[in-house]
Amino acid sequence: MNIAVTTASGIATIAPEGRLTAVAAPQLRQAVQQSIDAGTARIVVDMAGTEFVDSSGLGALIGALKAARLAGGDLRIAAVPEAVRTVLRLTNLDRVLRAHDSAATAFDGD
Amino acid sequence: MRLLVIRILATLSVLLGVNYVAWRWLESVNWSAWWIAVPLVIAETYSLIDTILFATTMWRAKQRPRPTSPPQGTVDVFITTYNEPIELVMTTAHAAKRIAYPHETWILDDGARPEMEAAARAAGIGYIRRSADWDGKPRHAKAGNLNNALFQTDGEFLLILDADQVPDPLILERTLGYFADDPQVALVQTPQWFSNVDEADPLGSQAPLFYGPIQQGKDGWNAAFFCGSNAVLRRDALMQLGIVGYVRDVEASTRRTLRAAESLLAREAHRRSNEPELRAELSRLRAEVGAARSEIDEGGHIADVTFRVREAVDAASQRLVALDVARMHDDLAELQALPVQRDAELGVVVIDDAALARLAASDLSPLGAVDAVSALLDALRVDRPGEAQPLQPLATISVTEDMATAMQLHSLGWRSVYHHEVLAHGLAPDDLGTMLKQRLRWAQGTMQVLLRDNPLLKRGLSAGQRLMYFGTMWSYLSGFAAVVYLAAPVVYLVLGILPVTAWSVDFFLRFLPYFLVNQVLFVVVARGIRTWRGQQYSLALFPVWIKACVTSFANVVLRTPLDFVVTRKDKVAEGRVPWREIWPQLTAIGMLLLALIIGVGRVVVGTADGTGTLVNTVWVAYDLLALSVIIQAARYRGFGGEPPQEAVDREPSKGTA
Repeated sequence: MNIAVTTASGIATIAPEGRLTAVAAPQLRQAVQQSIDAGTARIVVDMAGTEFVDSSGLGALIGALKAARLAGGDLRIAAVPEAVRTVLRLTNLDRVLRAHDSAATAFDGD
Repeated sequence: MRLLVIRILATLSVLLGVNYVAWRWLESVNWSAWWIAVPLVIAETYSLIDTILFATTMWRAKQRPRPTSPPQGTVDVFITTYNEPIELVMTTAHAAKRIAYPHETWILDDGARPEMEAAARAAGIGYIRRSADWDGKPRHAKAGNLNNALFQTDGEFLLILDADQVPDPLILERTLGYFADDPQVALVQTPQWFSNVDEADPLGSQAPLFYGPIQQGKDGWNAAFFCGSNAVLRRDALMQLGIVGYVRDVEASTRRTLRAAESLLAREAHRRSNEPELRAELSRLRAEVGAARSEIDEGGHIADVTFRVREAVDAASQRLVALDVARMHDDLAELQALPVQRDAELGVVVIDDAALARLAASDLSPLGAVDAVSALLDALRVDRPGEAQPLQPLATISVTEDMATAMQLHSLGWRSVYHHEVLAHGLAPDDLGTMLKQRLRWAQGTMQVLLRDNPLLKRGLSAGQRLMYFGTMWSYLSGFAAVVYLAAPVVYLVLGILPVTAWSVDFFLRFLPYFLVNQVLFVVVARGIRTWRGQQYSLALFPVWIKACVTSFANVVLRTPLDFVVTRKDKVAEGRVPWREIWPQLTAIGMLLLALIIGVGRVVVGTADGTGTLVNTVWVAYDLLALSVIIQAARYRGFGGEPPQEAVDREPSKGTA
């Protein structure tokens, strides 16, 4: 898995590409932690390029949400492909996390 | 063919049992001695239900063929330890490293011992201890140890081994194929077999009836149990459990917190009527919280809602602080005093705005001054602040995490497999005291699951799965029945009081066929396994079963701690006889012997009935034979000889595991 991180106007966009599984989970956690340490705790995970997420991948998202919230920020997910939405639904995680349409608008209104 | 025989015997056994117990209730309760007659007939009804559950278990007993797929996937081998000797753990770790299929081996050291870490590193074996996140949080014993390790590793499958369970090199080759055969399989359990136990097995450590016919029976209903060790689990399934549990917990705690916050805010707003600004903010927040509650009821996303409430709280806090700061500026300007520096050169007060901003920290802000509100809103977090990590994949509702975890996996539609081949050799407790603690813990854990997550009511389980879980829980209620089975013949022999109307031909015609068919079913099912040791302990451990029921009820309902103990596996454990633990059995033995003497004496002097005394003498003899195992166990001084033949279908035991 590849992770691209871009920071603009106080929001970090993290884009995991490929398969977000147990193997890739530490990378995602690390990317989020680095953004927070660099002072940006508002984070969007842009999933447009994410082909597959398993429960471990979702676990990493929850861990990242915890880290962002503890740092006074937030974590949002955006551009979620249908396959990933299915996993969110299956685990009820869609009850907690809203899938925003695009990374650019994920923090609109806040 | 064999299954057909079992089904015929099972059906007969249940029919004859119903015939007998119905007759007992309707025709033969000696109501004039109700205080012993009614408990006895209730105990017999209890046993009949046990028979029905056992018959159901055997109905679909399943001998699985080997998996068809070759082994595949990445694997982490977890060896869990807390206080076992380093040498013992390393023996298991070295064997684990030698497992043929590619894998990574990890020692999960809940004791955080530097010597353990050094030994692991020296052997090139992974070492994991709890992360700092766990400081000051519930540790959840072995479940917590495993949950911690799950987030530091990434294998698709996890082989879990207790510190004393030395694995066979082929353990993964034989089990991984099941996961490829069926992507819904989440668990493959193999037997537990102990190498430090001789043929006599006075402590009843081997459980060949459980790791055999009973697990195969449960497997037939897709309810093969997870037994904590010697099992392979699918990480994705566990993680899914973790996430489902997380969502459930966050939703429940968010609702609870918002509800409490709303009423608290209303009350505080009322109380602070002499502080108009604060009151206004509190009312505004209350409206915000109310809106958040209805949004969640309407299916709004919890992270969004809690984020917005949090922002509203922060904004309110800032506004109040700003107000305070403005006031403070005014005051300071007037007084030219207070904790601020005076610039010597200019002779004016320099107000440190940054320091004042720090005052805005929630505990100093006027809103924070309303302690209760602030604490409550702090709880409005999506990261489960009460737990070390938001995801707890292995169930933490019970001291025996294995049963609870498997039941949750089953309720989510995952499947389990029992693989009937010994692929690890462990060490059983060496002395009676340790064994009693271990049995108590198993029983307590099982009863906790019954009370916290009753399988009969749990959503997502099939009828067969409900009965398989309930059956094991039911068997742990046997202590109460045992007391009655011990007391009834004593009452007859000493006082001549009959719990039944008569020891008549009617009684024997109904009781004997039920009893005999039941025994035959047992023999056929056991297929040459000697089950006597297990039968003995199921009666002889009655104080343990009763204690487990009482303490877990107190724990779940009254929130009393369980006094969780880790089972010792090394030989240095004190070998003293735990007299304080076994006095009920010894008292029972004494009473039974005394009753025998008195009973015979009463026949001799002609004040007792011959048939009744004979029946009760046989009954007492059975009780004594069963209880005698406790004396044998108390005299046991640990294993010194050759291990028994390595086959599951050998040693006796009953399946109350």
